[in-house]
Amino acid sequence: MFDIKHNGVSWIYSDKVKKHFLNPKNFITGKTPRWKFNGYGTSGSAACGDVMRVWILVDAKTQKIKRFGWKTFGCASAIATTSMLSEMILNRGGMNIEKATLVTPQMIIAKLNGLPVKKVHCSVLSDRALKNAIEDFKKNLN
Amino acid sequence: MSKNKHQNKKVSGAKKLVYLDYASTTPTASEVSAAMAPYWSEKFGNPSNLYQIGRIAFDALESARFLVAKNFNCDPSEIIFTSGGTESCNLALRGMAKYFRAGHIITTNVEHHAVKNTADVLSREHFTVSIAPVEKNGIVNLGQIKKLIREDTFLISVMWVNNEIGTIQPIEKISRFIRKENVRRISKGLNKIYIHTDACQAVPYIKIDLSKIGIDLLSFNGSKVYGPKGAGGLFIRQKTPILPIMAGGEQELGIRPGTQSPALAVGLAKALDIISKKRATENIRLQKLRDWLWVKLAKKYPKIIFNGDKQIRIPSNINFSVPGVEGEAMTLMLDQEGIMASTGSACASNDLKPSYVLVAISLSDELAHSSIRLTLGKFTVKSDLEYFLIAFDKVYKKLKIIGT
Repeated sequence: MFDIKHNGVSWIYSDKVKKHFLNPKNFITGKTPRWKFNGYGTSGSAACGDVMRVWILVDAKTQKIKRFGWKTFGCASAIATTSMLSEMILNRGGMNIEKATLVTPQMIIAKLNGLPVKKVHCSVLSDRALKNAIEDFKKNLN
Repeated sequence: MSKNKHQNKKVSGAKKLVYLDYASTTPTASEVSAAMAPYWSEKFGNPSNLYQIGRIAFDALESARFLVAKNFNCDPSEIIFTSGGTESCNLALRGMAKYFRAGHIITTNVEHHAVKNTADVLSREHFTVSIAPVEKNGIVNLGQIKKLIREDTFLISVMWVNNEIGTIQPIEKISRFIRKENVRRISKGLNKIYIHTDACQAVPYIKIDLSKIGIDLLSFNGSKVYGPKGAGGLFIRQKTPILPIMAGGEQELGIRPGTQSPALAVGLAKALDIISKKRATENIRLQKLRDWLWVKLAKKYPKIIFNGDKQIRIPSNINFSVPGVEGEAMTLMLDQEGIMASTGSACASNDLKPSYVLVAISLSDELAHSSIRLTLGKFTVKSDLEYFLIAFDKVYKKLKIIGT
């Protein structure tokens, strides 16, 4: 459950989670992105007040997600999982939206080399925010 | 800089380390370790043995008991050594419940798990438990307790100082009232009501004179007073009905069986003795530091909410909520800066629920989610708090940008 390595200095999360938590990628610094976006979605955990917001820019021709910006109010693993998802989506020129809707919390957790068991259900919310952003993009098309 | 080499010191090449979690546990004082040292291997006797090394161990154990009693101003026969605060609280509640077999217990909604969960277990046996709520300032009103008293009430358990928000409960007021109430009850042929207090967090800051205060049971431990972990004690006033909760030998007046640890008893007694001697001056020093930090935080971050009564609290505790920043993330980032603090956030707890103490003082889930507790101690100096403010600002800004 816990990653106990590093010359006896343990941390409750994996190195990968630590990296993404301390140096998160692709989050936006303003209230909304400074770049153009065509999809926006949120998700949250009512139990503890975690809120995640995701902005995407989808290339209408290729259906690929070209930009992914996010904001997360939540614990270390909530921040790390959103950051990880943003990298998974933007890797290799952007993920196709249909493929992106198939991303599961388990896939994000695997990329992070695991999460403490108790964190799995409450802190991985970014995939839902992304799905909502994709829905929003599709709605905007029509 | 402290003389203790483990404390708040620049590790070569690494950043400064600042421990601000003294309510969680304290480092064992070097004088305490030194006092304990001979009783592990050299003077290893069992206090129950009649031959010489046994008598040496017995003398150490009983001298320790005498010293503990002296510091609480009670009789040595009223002190029972245990394995810590949790065992003391269990022994107080379960031991008395075992004697009464059925009846009513009153406690509060901010008790430490040791009392809260023990009361909960008893409520599923032959006992009824009523829980007095605290006010928004984290302090229980005597009126709330009065309302709950029944004919079959036999025990009231109220912590002296809350471990999370540092508020001081009106133990003297409660005990004065119960003393009068007991006179009335006895004249009516009812049983006396006994009072237990979990004083683990109070002992470092409050001078306790058991000859003056009408408490029947008082739990204390070594972990919070720069003594050894795994050492605790229970004061049991003479004639208080209590039965052992473990079966075993006749040690500790038959109330707590098991071979005693002279080393731990000596350490606990020494730690309490040091605390008693330094308490008054240390309280003034800590309050000055704590209040300085409080003013700095309130000025720089007007949105911060301070939890627990501002006046009726121990001098070392500061508990606040930072809207828009989650506590677990904040604590982990502060750890990266070398600062050790704790949070009442649901994300940091095993049951994923926010601190029940913060919920009890009517804090919203979101604010409990954003809470942080700093507790100062004997090695805390002003430069530690200055460093904390710099690190906190960095962490606050970073998490605020990511989150809002």
